[in-house]
Amino acid sequence: MSVEASEVQRIAHLARLAMDDEKAREFAGGLSDIFDFVEQLDGAPIEGVEPMAHPLDAEQRLRPDAVTEPDNREGFQAIAPAVEGGLYLVPRVIE
Amino acid sequence: MSQETLSGWARKLRAREISSRELTQLYLDRIERLDPQLNSFITVTAESALAQADAADARLADGEQTPLLGVPVAQKDIFCTEGVRTSCGSRMLDPFVSPYDATVVERMNAAGAVMLGKTNMDEFAMGSSNETSFYGPVRNPWDTERVPGGSSGGSAAAVGARLVPGATGTDTGGSIRQPAAFCGITGLKPTYGRVSRYGMIAFASSLDQGGPMAATAEDCGLMLNAMAGFDQRDSTSVERPAEDFTAGLDQDLKGLRIGLPKEFFAEGLDEKVRGVIDAAVDVLKGRGAEIREVSLPNSHLSVPAYYVVAPAECSSNLARFDGVRYGHRCENPEDLMDLYTRSRGEGFGDEVKRRIMVGTYVLSAGYYDAYYLKAQKVRRIIADDFRSVFEDVDVLLAPTTPELPFALGAKADPVSMYLSDIYTIAANLAGLPAMSLPAGEIDGLPVGLQLIGNYFDEARLLGVAHQYQQETDWHTRVPAAFA
Repeated sequence: MSVEASEVQRIAHLARLAMDDEKAREFAGGLSDIFDFVEQLDGAPIEGVEPMAHPLDAEQRLRPDAVTEPDNREGFQAIAPAVEGGLYLVPRVIE
Repeated sequence: MSQETLSGWARKLRAREISSRELTQLYLDRIERLDPQLNSFITVTAESALAQADAADARLADGEQTPLLGVPVAQKDIFCTEGVRTSCGSRMLDPFVSPYDATVVERMNAAGAVMLGKTNMDEFAMGSSNETSFYGPVRNPWDTERVPGGSSGGSAAAVGARLVPGATGTDTGGSIRQPAAFCGITGLKPTYGRVSRYGMIAFASSLDQGGPMAATAEDCGLMLNAMAGFDQRDSTSVERPAEDFTAGLDQDLKGLRIGLPKEFFAEGLDEKVRGVIDAAVDVLKGRGAEIREVSLPNSHLSVPAYYVVAPAECSSNLARFDGVRYGHRCENPEDLMDLYTRSRGEGFGDEVKRRIMVGTYVLSAGYYDAYYLKAQKVRRIIADDFRSVFEDVDVLLAPTTPELPFALGAKADPVSMYLSDIYTIAANLAGLPAMSLPAGEIDGLPVGLQLIGNYFDEARLLGVAHQYQQETDWHTRVPAAFA
């Protein structure tokens, strides 16, 4: 499968990665090689096989609905790039 | 002095032949003197290490016998450490000082281990050469023009050069075993779910597993005893009673059935590496093991299946890095989209971006069945191959890598780099425990022997490795420049 630079741009947008045209062209070759490589899965004998989500087929463990973690809001916000009054700051989203 | 193993130091500490402070200072001095050649540490925590050492000495003076008490270790920089930068080898987390400890770190601290620092790694554990780190490549102590392997390359190089007696690693597709092989040390990836992933920065959650890296199998067993155990905070942690992973060390090998998967000895294996593995098989045979050839007929699908599953999970896991709550944030974002895309575009390196994009693509609308679902089915047939083989044998033996440590920059295209994990990935897909141990040298470079065990059979693997290490001395070899 050959991936064009425009397709790389589309995927980068979905992945929220800023990417200029030159970089997109640079990635196109490597991504094409990877998709060619994984095409080896096409002939795999998997008819009727259940997909494997967990190596031990474990089930989701449940726990009582009780508070177990202490409040560490200040600790968590101390490492944020921009906070004010206990809120995370982002550019304006509503005009 | 620096030739002593982690277990040896543990004994000397308990016998009060050396204090933890003296030992910690000895290794801190080695790091300061020798690590500029290797770049194996991102952060050295000398001050807190000495404080931990003093606390350990006080506990030792009280007669406490905990095995890791006072023993210096290093943590791969993927494990969160409270109050210490936890970078994951990425610009994205260069400013990140973790507000909490990973369970592994918490458990090792409680056991009295002394953390010397955080080791270098491929960015977000994505790489097989330690060349993708934001902090620069790590060099192989056996030949500094060559790579140490990855992603736990800093831990492997540091232990190989005896800058620390033991270090943690993580293994998603071979990231403990391949660098262990390249640096001439012993490393174990436990059964999926043995070691808590809480506070271990996620790459591919259904594959990631932490484990020990040290000179010997005995060292790895002691470390794993401290690291492993059920953890409520990791939803995939397995609930099993505590186990002593050193319990099988003295088990002899009489009647042990060892399988050689023929697919791991096929075309593509360096002939000299094959010779080393053949010689190791003879050693084990000499100690009473029975050798038989077995087949894992779908193992050739491991690497392609992995490069669907791992990127898919990575694209999902790394979506959390948004420039809002922690980590890198771009300057003067115009709007929210600009904040996301530029923070991520600047914060991630090329290999991480490549995998995020592969994952985003295979999970995008209309492609799920063709890629992810198919890969998860292939994963099951690979796991089933192992299940049927383990009805006939106790342990599988193979090379860890198809070739010797390669030169820095030698594998520029992604697929050729991915293929360096051709013998390690299958164990991750199946969730099985597997380890690498030094088994020979070619042209002054170490060669790794891989053992793969059945689920929860770590103690047996370590036992086989320990028996091998009773008869060979490869695990005692240290590169001349670091002896």
